[in-house]
Amino acid sequence: MKLKSIALAAAAAAVAVSSLLAAPAAQAQAKEQFFPGLPYRTGPYGPNGTPWANGYADYLKLVNAKGGINGVKIVYEECETGYDTARGVECYERLKGKHGGATLFQPLSTGITFALTDKAPVDKIPLITAGYGRSESQDGLVFGWNFPLAGTYWVGADVLIQHIAKKEGGFDKLKGKKFALVYHDSPYGKEPIALLQERSKAHGFDLQLLPVTHPGVEQKATWLQIRQSRPDYVLLWGWGVMNSVALKEAQATGFPRDKMYGVWWSAAEPDVKDVGDGAKGYNGLAMQHGAHPNAKVTKEILALVHDKGQGTGTKEEVGSVLYMRGAMSAMLAVEGVRRAQERYGKGKWMSGEQTRWGLENLALDQKKLEALGFGEVMRPVSTTCADHMGPAWARIHTWDGSKWGFTSDWYQADEAIIKPLVKATAAKYAAEKKITPRTPQQCQS
Amino acid sequence: MLYRENGQFKTNYRADQQIFPIRQDRIAVALLLAAAFVAVPLLADEYLLRAILIPFLILSLAALGLNVLVGYCGQISLGAGAFMAVGAYAAYNFFVRIDGMPLLAAVLLGGACATIVGVLFGIPSLRIKGLYLAVATLAAQFFTDWAFLRIKWFTNDSPSGSVAVAGLQLFGVPIESPVQKYLFCLGMVVVFALLVKNLVRGHIGREWMAIRDMDVAASVIGIRPVYAKLTAFAVSSFIVGVAGALWAFVYLGSWEPAAFNINRSFDLLFMIIIGGLGSVMGSFFGAAFIVFLPIILDQALPALGNAVGMPIDTATVSHFVFMIFGGLIVFFLIVEPHGIARLWSTGKEKLRLWPFPH
Repeated sequence: MKLKSIALAAAAAAVAVSSLLAAPAAQAQAKEQFFPGLPYRTGPYGPNGTPWANGYADYLKLVNAKGGINGVKIVYEECETGYDTARGVECYERLKGKHGGATLFQPLSTGITFALTDKAPVDKIPLITAGYGRSESQDGLVFGWNFPLAGTYWVGADVLIQHIAKKEGGFDKLKGKKFALVYHDSPYGKEPIALLQERSKAHGFDLQLLPVTHPGVEQKATWLQIRQSRPDYVLLWGWGVMNSVALKEAQATGFPRDKMYGVWWSAAEPDVKDVGDGAKGYNGLAMQHGAHPNAKVTKEILALVHDKGQGTGTKEEVGSVLYMRGAMSAMLAVEGVRRAQERYGKGKWMSGEQTRWGLENLALDQKKLEALGFGEVMRPVSTTCADHMGPAWARIHTWDGSKWGFTSDWYQADEAIIKPLVKATAAKYAAEKKITPRTPQQCQS
Repeated sequence: MLYRENGQFKTNYRADQQIFPIRQDRIAVALLLAAAFVAVPLLADEYLLRAILIPFLILSLAALGLNVLVGYCGQISLGAGAFMAVGAYAAYNFFVRIDGMPLLAAVLLGGACATIVGVLFGIPSLRIKGLYLAVATLAAQFFTDWAFLRIKWFTNDSPSGSVAVAGLQLFGVPIESPVQKYLFCLGMVVVFALLVKNLVRGHIGREWMAIRDMDVAASVIGIRPVYAKLTAFAVSSFIVGVAGALWAFVYLGSWEPAAFNINRSFDLLFMIIIGGLGSVMGSFFGAAFIVFLPIILDQALPALGNAVGMPIDTATVSHFVFMIFGGLIVFFLIVEPHGIARLWSTGKEKLRLWPFPH
């Protein structure tokens, strides 16, 4: 009897589920451009993943409110990854065929990016990894479908060293200085090491590597080492809860916060808010943008999305650092599609392959950025087939106890150091994966 | 009425000792295999194959391996994720360092390396038992996490510590499309399931079970605990290692040690506890439960919310999935503490008497 009722209940549930699953599939249309989302709003990285995802969703809503991409409306659907690679792969598979086919993916996780890098060329869907992912994927000839627009970790690390050298009074002053890199022990945290080692060889500074295991709540041992070795500067390469824990430990250890520099994923409101005054003076990289509560695009989102009651998150977070990064990432994606439409037909649906052309030929000058409301937020971005990153500009911003404010001028990474590193690493990847790099002729098609 | 062995007389030992003594079972299994090998590749779409069936098959294989150790030999292990990692990274090193290494050989050699590590970490089982052993195998988990994060040689000096493989092929046939990958995994799973089924029916499986039920009594009747326990560790780690190599090569393609963290070990242990300890079938049920259920819930909840006019946002869905999933685990453990496999066999017993139960 008991068995029978369980079997009946299971059968009923199965029928209900299958009918529900079948329903949305029927609505697929070709005229709408589908932007899938792979956010994480839960788990240890949720507090940082949420504002990014909200910014991303809100910007797409803004585009729709303004009439879409030359009339083509955007459909957005999310699938929660929890920052877990296996779940991210499942989400990617689930979303890539929906609503007529995904335009592009932005996984917001270096681990998921690594896993999807192999799948993107097969499915012909571009991956935008604005400010994360593989640093060598800047090489568009080898990585045909990856777009680390706006910056890679090598750029970030390079700019930090430049800034510190400038503060010290020149690169020659770095000799004998001690740097400690406190990093998330994952591909994400390990990315900058290659570049920092190059720089350390060139300028004669000492680099100490201090890994922190996921999720980074336990850092007592790490900071004990810092207390012993007394580095001149600490570079923080954390994500999620790891950042605020690091700042609290720094406070407890008495390490001066103004000698701490975080990468752009370690320099947003959720990282410092809990620490409050304890994080005062802490510096972070601003990848193109920082916090922009007064930018034109922020005001537009507030007026056209939030005031209509369609905001994804709270009103307060609009304009915060990670929110702006989500909005900027969405803007780059939308502009890629718009650029593709210029070649393949305005007001038409763009496939993944066509979108790739658009992303490879981005030409966002200051005038266009002003029109989009990003005038004061970022500097122009333009890409080519060989260079999938474009000019990457960064600034330093500092937490004053209540908000982030810019404290430096614009920097650009030193091509002389980045270029050979990208070439060498990409070539190694191509050899391992048996990829034949594209020739410039192939780029035109 | 349909399912009973009346009239099926066995006239020789061979017929009496076969894996499925009941004809209906044989037909059902043959149909199932035919469906899995023929119908699924024809009918299933890419999402079903790549995101659901392939991980299900590979995790079933890993659960099967763990079931040999925990379910049949009674040695609780929390190191399954570690042995998967050893299998994956060993296979990777064989694959990229030796030119022209065939995929199958790399995967099996990965399993062989996992065997060695498994036996090594199985040695403490000769002295410690039960939960204490579980803690000792936990050491394997932390050790491999450490080794694959820190020792650069294992990851072929990749700067980020993430490794990737490409150009998989089996006897000249590329393993690239979802259908090819699915068939490759299915083939491996069928072979290993048959192997395990026969091992546990044979004298070695009986030794494991004797050790599990009462090791003192087993040694009194002449079973060597050293031999029985270490073979269980060896067979289990081999299969888990092969599953790890498949998980890395076929499912992920590019991975980092986090793919085999402690959660993977827990997942596998839950699979066999929910599915049924000491049952080949149970490994599959458990893997299906753990793989399918969250995905189904994750897709059904938003649809359900939309149907009743209450859109649920992604974070809430994710929280609900955790709660319902946890609730269902508790429900199943209360209703049937011996796992879904026991539910299955109870069902078969009832079916034999149907429609006239006494």
